[in-house]
Amino acid sequence: MTDLEELTRAATEAAADAGDLATLDDIRVEYLGKKGKLTEQLKQLGKLPEDERPAAGQRINEAKQAVQQAIEARKQALQEAELQQKLESESVDVTLPGRGEQPGGLHPVTRIMDRVRRLFEGIGFEMAHGPEIEDEFHNFDALNIPANHPARADMDTFYLQDFPFLLRTHTSPVQIRSMREQGAPIRIIAQGRVYRCDYDVTHTPMFHQLEGLLVDENVSMAHLKGILTTFLQAFFERDIKVRFRPSYFPFVEPGAEVDIGCLFCDGHGCRVCKQTGWLEILGCGMVHPNVLSACNIDPEQYTGWAFGMGIERLGMLRYGINDIRLNFENDLRFLEQFR
Amino acid sequence: MKISLNWLREFVDVPVGADTLAEQLSLIGLEVAAVESVHPGFAGVVVAEVEAVAPHPDADKLRVCQVNAGTGESLQIVCGAGNVTAGMKAPLIQVGGKLPDGTAIKASKLRGVASQGMLCSAVELGLADEADGLWVLPDDAQPGTQLDALLQLDDTVIEIELTPNRGDCASVLGVAREISALFDRPLQNAEPAAVTPVHDDVVPVALAAAADCPRFLGRVVRGIDPQAASPLWLQERLRRAGIRPISVAVDVTQYVMLEYGQPLHAYDLAELHGRITPRRAAVAETLILLDGQSVALDEDFLVIADEQRALGLAGVMGGADSAVADTTADVYLECAWFSPAVISGRGRRLGLQTDASYRFERGVDPQGQRRAIERATRLLIDIAGGQPGPVDESVEPSQLPTAGPVTLRRERLGRLLGLDIPDATVAGILERLGMTVAATATGWTVTPPGYRFDIAIEPDLIEEVIRIHGYDRIEAQHYPLPQVMKREPEQPANLSRPREVLVQRGYQEAITYSFGDADLQTALCGEPGLALANPITSDMSHMRLSLWPGLLQALGYNRKRQQARIRLFETGLRFFLQDNEIQQESVIAGVAYGGRYPVQWGLESRPLDFADLRNDVEALLALGSDDWQLHPASHPALHPGQSAGIFIENQMVGMLGALHPGHQKRLDLNRPAWLFEIRLDAIGRETVPKFRELSRYPSVRRDLALLVPTGVTAQAVLDCIGDNVPDVLNKLELFDVYQGEGIDSGQKSLAVGLTFQKSSSTLTDSEVDAHVDRVITALNQAFGAELRE
Repeated sequence: MTDLEELTRAATEAAADAGDLATLDDIRVEYLGKKGKLTEQLKQLGKLPEDERPAAGQRINEAKQAVQQAIEARKQALQEAELQQKLESESVDVTLPGRGEQPGGLHPVTRIMDRVRRLFEGIGFEMAHGPEIEDEFHNFDALNIPANHPARADMDTFYLQDFPFLLRTHTSPVQIRSMREQGAPIRIIAQGRVYRCDYDVTHTPMFHQLEGLLVDENVSMAHLKGILTTFLQAFFERDIKVRFRPSYFPFVEPGAEVDIGCLFCDGHGCRVCKQTGWLEILGCGMVHPNVLSACNIDPEQYTGWAFGMGIERLGMLRYGINDIRLNFENDLRFLEQFR
Repeated sequence: MKISLNWLREFVDVPVGADTLAEQLSLIGLEVAAVESVHPGFAGVVVAEVEAVAPHPDADKLRVCQVNAGTGESLQIVCGAGNVTAGMKAPLIQVGGKLPDGTAIKASKLRGVASQGMLCSAVELGLADEADGLWVLPDDAQPGTQLDALLQLDDTVIEIELTPNRGDCASVLGVAREISALFDRPLQNAEPAAVTPVHDDVVPVALAAAADCPRFLGRVVRGIDPQAASPLWLQERLRRAGIRPISVAVDVTQYVMLEYGQPLHAYDLAELHGRITPRRAAVAETLILLDGQSVALDEDFLVIADEQRALGLAGVMGGADSAVADTTADVYLECAWFSPAVISGRGRRLGLQTDASYRFERGVDPQGQRRAIERATRLLIDIAGGQPGPVDESVEPSQLPTAGPVTLRRERLGRLLGLDIPDATVAGILERLGMTVAATATGWTVTPPGYRFDIAIEPDLIEEVIRIHGYDRIEAQHYPLPQVMKREPEQPANLSRPREVLVQRGYQEAITYSFGDADLQTALCGEPGLALANPITSDMSHMRLSLWPGLLQALGYNRKRQQARIRLFETGLRFFLQDNEIQQESVIAGVAYGGRYPVQWGLESRPLDFADLRNDVEALLALGSDDWQLHPASHPALHPGQSAGIFIENQMVGMLGALHPGHQKRLDLNRPAWLFEIRLDAIGRETVPKFRELSRYPSVRRDLALLVPTGVTAQAVLDCIGDNVPDVLNKLELFDVYQGEGIDSGQKSLAVGLTFQKSSSTLTDSEVDAHVDRVITALNQAFGAELRE
């Protein structure tokens, strides 16, 4: 039976040495095929005495199994290697840029307006809109800015040539339109383009404003302070200081200008805040009774607050845009920074 | 307005330093824009007397001077000023001193002659904008006196940006009143002593327009010295306020205006003829003003006139004819109260903004005239001598403004501010502000002083209380906002989705001006658009009819900066007339230029074409309902063969196409630009999706290659197919368009895939065949279409 052992050893060695699947198959045929060497051994069983046949048969079958396993193991190893090779040959340079269109981006003014809108919509304020070509009533008269008032002259208003209209100088006429339409209580946010006849390093003849209005029973200046502090801290994502200073806007009384602690020096004083530690950010106040009356709202029953601020100013503070004119040059090198 | 701190201190004790004062003033509503030392920064400058002047041996323009600088010995100074003369007094920078710019003065030699310092002009010392030679100091200045002391340069100027309601603060006295209220310190020197008249001369006055001018004070001062110069201290105060000294009479009126806020005017008495009358101007009446400008007036303007002519524009500017000249010895001082209503806006209509009109249109104290004219008289005769006459007052008391009492309710104060303030504090603040306060059961009755034109209603008083009490005492409070859930359409009304669609397709958002150039707009849109009456520049003169002109300009701007591929979009209003009504329409528009894709590996670069642009537009339209159609349409900006209108319910809601090659050339673009503009209401239309049952039966697809004449549009073919198999056609795809070899030149081949499906049963082959036959027959009848072999 050394013959059988020798055969098995030779077969498993040959299988282990097989360099590819074809060679391995040849080995299978050589040993296990119909005329294979081990198959031949089985055929020889008949020549043995009957009582030896079971034991011999079992040995041959064990030998066959051993060879089969060796072949199978080698086959798997070879297949694995082949797959590895195939995968390696198929690998791509994943660092190549993706193919197709590259996304553009939103204008910084839009980014700011969207951000403000989300913050206020989140607490139940509704967006209100108004025309940009306005009339004197909505832009001035109803806002307690009578003709010849110095505040009206300060607005540097653009007028149309052939029609008794003007370009709105602020978003405040939206307050008037909304209050006259909806009455009180009301809470709105308005934002959009406004126009003033002024063009230099710090002024463009068109810019954007944001306007907020809340009118209800028992609304106080303390509430105004509350919402603006919350808003400014949410907008800048910082616990900034907020300061109210008396100021004058004809459509509010009392009126206030709001400063925030300088974002660039944390109030220690720097070039941006002119060493004061404070940055002017917005104007606000309690809605003037004349304004409420012009909107058919009883100023005895209702009180309210309003605020307004420049969007470009917010963009300057949040993004560091240092020249307002960049906003309207539409230079791609500028716009692409706000993707 | 610039206010000297030293001047303020003459009226009220200021218990804090300049910087603290500035911050405190800002916090009570007088916003301080700047705090500046009045000292220009020179050092070592003294009064010097020029004792002798000799020519320079080697330089025609230089002189060699011996000067007495109070040191006990003469100093030799080489000087180039033309006006240097022996006996004069001038400022000298001594050796070791420095100029305002920091330049150190050393002993030196000028053309070989030693010089021990530098005689200076006012400009060199930073104390004037222009000068004619050395600064001639007054004769009584003592040599050796430090110039800093002579000019009292140890002072600070506070620049206040007054809000339009606080005309009462446009003076030293006005700011002093605020400081007095803020620190609870008494006001002093507010009422000057009367000047005793030494003769009885008056000029008769008639208040012909008593509503406009209910109070008019005049005074004759005879025999002043016309050559007298304003003293240094007065000139310095004017300079610190930003006013240039002119002559004694004028300087004195300016000084009193700065001090009390009451403008005055000085006339040459010899030029007045008969009675003085403040009256409305006649239509087309003309007047030559002090600045030489001739103005044509009308009944809106108030003038001060004598019996012959208008002398000056009341409250704005005096006239040239009656102005004080350098020979005037007899002066007439006018000190009047004009109603803000008759001054407001008048200066601006003539392009004038004067210190007087600034104050009168905001309102000056109706009780302040006598104080001002007495103060002016005193200064005038102290400086230039002269004999004052009596103050002649004409007044119509019924026409003077009266500040009515205003009710302040305790409850309202607390409710509006969200802060309770003790009664005593409220009353105390109001009293310190010069108001008369009477307690009532519910609060107070408050009468504001005459100089406060901004106190008319309760909230005005509430602001007064809280601004002095301190805005910072109001604690921020949370307002309990009621929860509201709106019945909102599914399509958000805001612009975020259309913007997002374009951003994802490679567009960068732009914001261009809403007004532009009339010629560009006429070329691109066929008309100039609505004109502005007062444009800031000619290229921003007309309201935009479309966003395209602005976007094309932005495109050009970026092309000039070497950008090869540009995709921009914008949202905003376009403005036009319809039936003589101004329309303001919200649109979204874009421009695309350059390759279909950014330059990149693995994608062949090719230029944009109509279908690329249309694909972007389709993505926008997909946000709304899907019942839109595109048809050829023309626009002056667009290529006539490559432009289309977007139609919804037979109404054109937008356009797209290639920029007209003529414009392309004019705008210096070397490739076509592609444009679109769509009304936003077309995109934002509400659509609620409606579910349709899914078919459980298999679908059948048939592809057809159709030959049609080239003029037949794809849309017509697709519509015809759809119309003929309305219910069972599940999907219709156009998957190839071919023109060229193998096809007649007048024809094109369209390959379409038709997918049939029924919801109730499986389609049989014969049913499908029948549908296809019907489609082919219909196409043949409509367009002569045939199946391609």
